[in-house]
Amino acid sequence: MTMNNQGRPTAPGTIEANELPTISGDRGLMHEEPLIFELGRPGMTGVDLPEVQMSEARLGGMRRKGPVGLPGLSEPEVVRHYVRLSQTNYSIDAGLYPLGSCTMKHNPRLNEKMARLPGFADAHPLAPQKTVQGAMEAIAQLMNWLTTLTGMPAVAMSPKAGAHGELCGLLAIRAAIEARGENRKRILVPESAHGTNPATAAFAGFTVDEVPAKGDGHVDADALEAKLGLDVAAIMLTNPNTCGLFEKRIIEIAEHVHRAGAYFYCDGANFNAIAGRVRPGDLGIDAMHINLHKTFSTPHGGGGPGAGPVVLSEALAPFAPLPLLVHDSKGFRLIEDRADLPEGANPFGRMCAFHGQMGMFTRALAYMLSHGADGIRQASEDAVLSANYILASLKDVMSAPFGDGPCMHEALFDDSFLEGTGVTTLDFAKAMIDEGYHPMTMYFPLVVHGAMLIEPTESESRESVDRFIHVLRTMAEEAKAGKTERFGGAPRLAPRRRLDETAAARKPILRWKPKDLPQAAE
Amino acid sequence: MRYLPLTSDDRAAMLNRIGARDMDALFRDVPKAAVVSRSMFDLPDTQGEIEVERHMSRLAAKTTAAGSLPFFCGAGAYRHHVPASVDHLIQRSEFLTSYTPYQPEIAQGTLQYLFEFQTQVALLTGMEVANASLYDGSTATAEAVLMAQRVTRRPKAILSGGLHPHYAETVETVAALSGEVVRAPVTPGAAEDIAAMIDDKTACVVVQSPDVFGLIRNLKPIAEAAHAKGALLIAVVTEIVSLGLIEPPGAQGADIVAAEGQSIGNAINFGGPYVGLFATREKFLRQMPGRLTGETVDAEGKRGYVLTLSTREQHIRREKATSNICTNSGLCCLAFTIHLSLLGEEGFGRLARTNHAKASALADKLAAVKGVSLATQSFFNEFTIKLPKPAVEVVDALVDKGVIAGVPVSRLLPHDPNVRDLLIVAATETNSDEDCAAFAKALAEVL
Repeated sequence: MTMNNQGRPTAPGTIEANELPTISGDRGLMHEEPLIFELGRPGMTGVDLPEVQMSEARLGGMRRKGPVGLPGLSEPEVVRHYVRLSQTNYSIDAGLYPLGSCTMKHNPRLNEKMARLPGFADAHPLAPQKTVQGAMEAIAQLMNWLTTLTGMPAVAMSPKAGAHGELCGLLAIRAAIEARGENRKRILVPESAHGTNPATAAFAGFTVDEVPAKGDGHVDADALEAKLGLDVAAIMLTNPNTCGLFEKRIIEIAEHVHRAGAYFYCDGANFNAIAGRVRPGDLGIDAMHINLHKTFSTPHGGGGPGAGPVVLSEALAPFAPLPLLVHDSKGFRLIEDRADLPEGANPFGRMCAFHGQMGMFTRALAYMLSHGADGIRQASEDAVLSANYILASLKDVMSAPFGDGPCMHEALFDDSFLEGTGVTTLDFAKAMIDEGYHPMTMYFPLVVHGAMLIEPTESESRESVDRFIHVLRTMAEEAKAGKTERFGGAPRLAPRRRLDETAAARKPILRWKPKDLPQAAE
Repeated sequence: MRYLPLTSDDRAAMLNRIGARDMDALFRDVPKAAVVSRSMFDLPDTQGEIEVERHMSRLAAKTTAAGSLPFFCGAGAYRHHVPASVDHLIQRSEFLTSYTPYQPEIAQGTLQYLFEFQTQVALLTGMEVANASLYDGSTATAEAVLMAQRVTRRPKAILSGGLHPHYAETVETVAALSGEVVRAPVTPGAAEDIAAMIDDKTACVVVQSPDVFGLIRNLKPIAEAAHAKGALLIAVVTEIVSLGLIEPPGAQGADIVAAEGQSIGNAINFGGPYVGLFATREKFLRQMPGRLTGETVDAEGKRGYVLTLSTREQHIRREKATSNICTNSGLCCLAFTIHLSLLGEEGFGRLARTNHAKASALADKLAAVKGVSLATQSFFNEFTIKLPKPAVEVVDALVDKGVIAGVPVSRLLPHDPNVRDLLIVAATETNSDEDCAAFAKALAEVL
């Protein structure tokens, strides 16, 4: 044991910290935090508001009879509670977050600051239009970036996330087909597609017909062509696809689709691989949503909010939903009603109240202005470069189902390298948590057995990627050498061990209830 | 570029390891016809923080911020005071820059606040279960109608004339695809006889309270009429603070509550992002759209939370999912949950009473102006006034006097000739007595 000159031990000693229970139940910086409902005391509040004289005369006899049941806490207690909760989360700010298909890139704080400018954050959606010209101009500028980068003539801004954008695109397609007096009810969706694609197609009233993938990870273009017919409304294709590959035959596919009288919907979740280098408009696409929370780095926020503007071809542009943003001699103007439509417009309806995710638009616009067209291109290239670097550095110890690449912005592995080791994809991914990493996307795409989809993004330095590669290489080598103790039951060092998801689903407890009330859940 | 850590040396070394000659080699699968060069984009190059901030600030300055003058717009988006600690906490890296909590071992922070959020929403609405949010109130309403169609296996949705017209249009856009949507006539300041419209094809009636004109509706008789015919009552709330003072929809017999949660914790943001609240009865649980967080235990027996019942959702069930929603309103839920926790029982009730008192005082002041009458007799923090001339003209004239008076009903219902002189006015705790006096004075001047 090394000692300093005061006799204080500086080495950690021999006690296994993990085995020594603490008195408080907390473990150092890791706190066991109760639910907010288990804290506080009646009558306390963290917001000072004066009591007011109030008459019941105008409540129409509908005054609330009982309490809501909220706890009472002061501000410091509430702040501590949520700070402690935050400390149990992994985040992109704290480490590499290699979730394939999710695009966990750096979220610049400048964008947060810009979104909070009063002229954006404190603008009311129904304020007189002459008082909100700047907010509308910001939207118009973002629209210009999106249409220019995609090479598409129009964009619908109101969809609130990717899946909502998919719905918007399919409803425009539905309206275009109805305007032609046709009845087409089938949508072709590759089996490798995101779950939202078939779900959206069904949501929009279509039937889903799956197209198989080929052994090389590309959609089977011949099978797709064979499925085209007079009842096919559209195909929904992700490009780059969910295997991290650019669909080589995409222009040919678009031509077949158009010849058959159908439309080409592109899932733009992976636009971040090609932005600034490829214009989807040049590929023959009719509609594509853009996840501003992926490609243009608006924060994922633990699951949202997102924004999913949809770029549209000439054929679909007339059917874009309300509201429409126009610019004329009087300035910017929102067209919110059919009575007021410009020549040729025939909107299919309205996606939501108001005009879309303004708070995400301003963040995305700040991101684009910061990067510039050159920076956006460089970001795409760096994302693709890092993914290929990972693929090249791990393909000898892990197993890449589609050969040597190149891949686009994500590297896909399957679980064949784990065959016979007793280690599953889940074990492998959970063991990454103990190494300080968020797991990669697992078991997706469905067309690859035990899939592991790694997307490093452009935000990682080479040193960071090298360290990540070293950890994964060593893990793979250990698994194959039979050194599997770190895998079974991992993670061991996270705020929680593996959670019992089966029990959660079998007997759902979906809310806190006071102790004296039984959990009514079945 | 300050956000890109790779140097040109790094790039060269990495290409070397990959065995690629240059970047073009990595993009070799892209058809030649689709490759574009930098010069084909008429867009600016990289800019520093100073330039971007200057650009954005100039744009923002062209909008009159609501906080800079007496401001009374509502109609689905309400300007409330959000405590400073809310915005600070939601910007913590661990909340702001994390993904959907699919790896629960390292996402307990997100999962636990979502569980708290679900509990708060259930308590506020008086319902048994709530989900972990949808996009906003309007899309939550559309999802509620689709769910009612699934539950009852009936096609028709009847929408109250007091439902926010944007909500009604949002519902029509999706629910008319496979069903039928009927809109009741608009009767500003009065309840329509919606019970008489219910038949044996009716899946649901959708009633907003307080309605778009501010009127507090009694939902109980509508629930009874709906249930008698096997239909569901969907209650819509666009001003969630109202539930601090008026009877929650759950206590009035609602089967589904679809609400906008923006008022708590979230800025008005020119229309989004907001937070859709969705609550229902336990028996309809498996027909619910959206994510759900549930309590469970980990391998050591410690309490923890996970996303659950995901066999309803798109990533598992694909085309048989209850909804296509994936990304929801995570961070807006957090803002909602923190703000409501700060308020607590006492603060929330006081906030609601303050809002009602402000609106009542303002209604008295405005109704005392010559030619103005109150069209909504019972209301929470929003009411409709009848003006002696078109509301759009009055609002326009008041802008020039430095007052943003409210939302003309004709902005929402441009076709309806009977509503042109109606103005929807909202007052919250953010409006001072001076703001209200300035409004009444300016209104008298322009009429």
